Amino acid sequence: MGRARTIARRTFLIGSAAAAGGLVVGWALVKWPVGNPLLDSLDADDVTFNPYLRIDPHGITIITPRADVGQGAYSVQAALVAEELDLEWGAFAVEPGPPSPAYFNSGAFYEILPVAATNTGALARRVRRMLDGYVKVRGTQITGGSSTVPDAYEKMRMAGATARAMLVEAAAAQLSVHASMLRTERSAVVAPDGRRLPYTELAAAAALLDPPSNVTLRDPSRWKLLGAPMRRLDIVAKSTGRAIYGIDLRFPGMVYATVRTNPQRGAGMRAVDDGVAKQARGVIKVVPITDGVGVIADNTWRAFRAAQLLRPEWGNTAEPPRSAEMFARVAASFTREHRNSRLRDDGNVERALGEDGVKLVEAEYRLPYLAHAPLEPMNAVARFDSGRLEIWAGTQIPRYAQKFAAKIAGISPDHVTLHAQLSGGSFGRRLEDDFIRQAVELALAHQGVPIKMTWTREEDFAHDFPRPLAMGRAKGAVRAGQVHAFSLDVASPSVGASQSGRLNEFLPGPDVTMVSGAWDQPFAIPHYRVTAYKVPEMVPVSSWRSVGASINGFLHECFLDELILAAGADPLAERIRLCSHDASRRVLEAVGELSNWGTPLGEGRGRGLAFTISFGVPVAEVVEVRSTPEGIRIENVFLACEVGRVLDPVNFENQVQGGVIWGLGHAMNAELTYTDGVPEQTNFHQFSGLRFNQTPRIVIRALETAGQIRGIGEPPVPPAAPALANAIFAATGQRIRELPLRKHIRFA
Amino acid sequence: MRITVNGEVHDVDLEPEMPLLWALRDELGVTGPKYGCGIGFCGACTVHIDGQAVRSCSVAVGSVIKPVLTIEGLGTPDALHAVQQAWIELQVAQCGYCQSGQIMTAAAFLARNRAPSDEQIDQAMSSNLCRCGTYPRIREGVQRAAAILRGG
Repeated sequence: MGRARTIARRTFLIGSAAAAGGLVVGWALVKWPVGNPLLDSLDADDVTFNPYLRIDPHGITIITPRADVGQGAYSVQAALVAEELDLEWGAFAVEPGPPSPAYFNSGAFYEILPVAATNTGALARRVRRMLDGYVKVRGTQITGGSSTVPDAYEKMRMAGATARAMLVEAAAAQLSVHASMLRTERSAVVAPDGRRLPYTELAAAAALLDPPSNVTLRDPSRWKLLGAPMRRLDIVAKSTGRAIYGIDLRFPGMVYATVRTNPQRGAGMRAVDDGVAKQARGVIKVVPITDGVGVIADNTWRAFRAAQLLRPEWGNTAEPPRSAEMFARVAASFTREHRNSRLRDDGNVERALGEDGVKLVEAEYRLPYLAHAPLEPMNAVARFDSGRLEIWAGTQIPRYAQKFAAKIAGISPDHVTLHAQLSGGSFGRRLEDDFIRQAVELALAHQGVPIKMTWTREEDFAHDFPRPLAMGRAKGAVRAGQVHAFSLDVASPSVGASQSGRLNEFLPGPDVTMVSGAWDQPFAIPHYRVTAYKVPEMVPVSSWRSVGASINGFLHECFLDELILAAGADPLAERIRLCSHDASRRVLEAVGELSNWGTPLGEGRGRGLAFTISFGVPVAEVVEVRSTPEGIRIENVFLACEVGRVLDPVNFENQVQGGVIWGLGHAMNAELTYTDGVPEQTNFHQFSGLRFNQTPRIVIRALETAGQIRGIGEPPVPPAAPALANAIFAATGQRIRELPLRKHIRFA
Repeated sequence: MRITVNGEVHDVDLEPEMPLLWALRDELGVTGPKYGCGIGFCGACTVHIDGQAVRSCSVAVGSVIKPVLTIEGLGTPDALHAVQQAWIELQVAQCGYCQSGQIMTAAAFLARNRAPSDEQIDQAMSSNLCRCGTYPRIREGVQRAAAILRGG
């Protein structure tokens, strides 16, 4: 432990380097061979230096190691550097960072710790520091867990501040004045007489200086850029069709490809008749790949068409079965041998349920498999040439992708170059690298030219790694108008086990994500228990926007609503009474105020409330619905949350509204159902989420009173579904315990 | 076969049944229109043919006689169309992948109706899918673009 802390202090520094007449500033990561931490014997060469910033006579470049999948990551990472460095906004280039251990990110993993975000005690802090140390040592580079902002918040501002100090010092030397006489603005140092020395002209001299070791970050009250609406760097390109996503790449000599693989993942292919496909116009090659066939052609559509002309004979597994049987297996998993964790066990639930004078409530809930289905289908470009592999792909796990690609090609990861690409959505899908591995297989089968592989949407639905199905069995008791006991048993396949298995990582202990959003909620219910049961994996599952909390938020908040109403209490007042966490209580109070909670809504209308803290962000949502002859209409959503600090109010609002719409839409109408292990939904006509004409007004209040800055990509999702179900009950008296809701009620 | 895209005439030798989308993207290098579903459902591939918004994934290139306008031809960063101007002002895009199609649908709609009601906007825009959930901003964007077109 002591050693981990020492490492943390001593090995991660803002450093600088001179490069080709320019200045480079970033994190320096001292290599620490796992199992042999001989820190003191390190040579200077054992330093991996990874930049956030490069300034040379030609211009200024900010390097952004986290993937932009639509959440605005490139802009916000750049803004952190630009703020401290006084860059003219937009007058610089942004370059996605390459795979590198120095771009590690431990914040992505806090949700897998058995330590609630509300726990700020000494032991909790120590456990998080241990995780930090482990992730640093492993150099795990990942975009996820709503961690981009919290992770970059200090590092990237430090990079900007360090560069600024060096540029000012270089200017001072050149002007023969003291550095304190100088100021910086719009990418230049300004002399007392008003003369401007552009950073690009100072960079060469600045690069020869030692980086300062004690720069101070600007107080937020003095921010010029952060905290106010800023124009996203990509907004013009995205509004004029000029943004280039992975799927849009074009290279000289490039060929096009698609794949067709067994819809029963992993069952392989026995044989394929490709006679007709090979004769189709434009087809260059038909090649076997893992679990199926790849078609290489001179046009994507010709590849698609030829893939349809293939006559594959798929391998078959008895597993897994149809949806009904899958749910039967979930139902059969509430047993001692499947028990995975009981991370919350306050009071004595069993005794409380048997007490005299209590009113008992029981309920069972079901949630389906859900696809990620980002609008840009999975794709990657790969070229294998003379023992070297080059890959262009949007990915949230660049170092894993690089490692597995190298393994497939039988070369060293050093010979794999991965160019990160802008992505048309992800929602967790790009935490998998299956499509990159396929592109590599194609590149090995057809060497020397870049191959752009694009999936059909049908391939995408058949081969997602969905959010798992789940069941919740809840028992509780109310007494004297109060919630007295709450017990939730959750059964689902383990995302942690499935995902870490594919990444070849060992996940110790129980899978905390199976109960996140339930076990870690800030309520002081006297008798309070949350238990996880691990269902055997039937199809591989993965992280879906807000991960476990997307399931458990629904279970916890629907059942809490049922209990509170059984007690005859008010859903908001009782949650506030039970709340044991100051920031969460403020959020509940804020949403009450925002939604005019308690005021009459009129006939056929109802309000539903739900609260979930996930990824450290307490979020409360009130959904207002109206029952119409055409079905339920969602009219308004009110949301309050606590994120510590909002860096860009416009993008923040966009993320929050998007999260609410994601949560509502999937709760209303989306599910993956299976026959013989194959999803029955093949395209968006069967899986669309919320539509434009169903979109409610969404009113948001962000509190900035807690110290710790948090990310907002995922936390708005978990409370949306339960708030909607609770609102439907309030409006109609119909309690729906199964998603999607449209199985039981119509939406207008 | 001859096809006019954004004012440029191209002579191409393609299967007439090839969807216009793939002729644009892979043969002509016009990548603003996006592939999302291939069944005319999501609207990411929307272009204009003779002023009408159509799904280029579901139109055979051989059947296209009139000039095609894509997002690239609607406006440029230096000469934005009113819808693009509104989209930038309100920062509609998140991932942005559907926005070419959203903008082309909105532009065709507003060309016929510069003072649309909320219901008319709902009807016009509901056939375009956005997975990120930018709908509240699209709604504002259409209204803002209408105001710009009216000279506001």
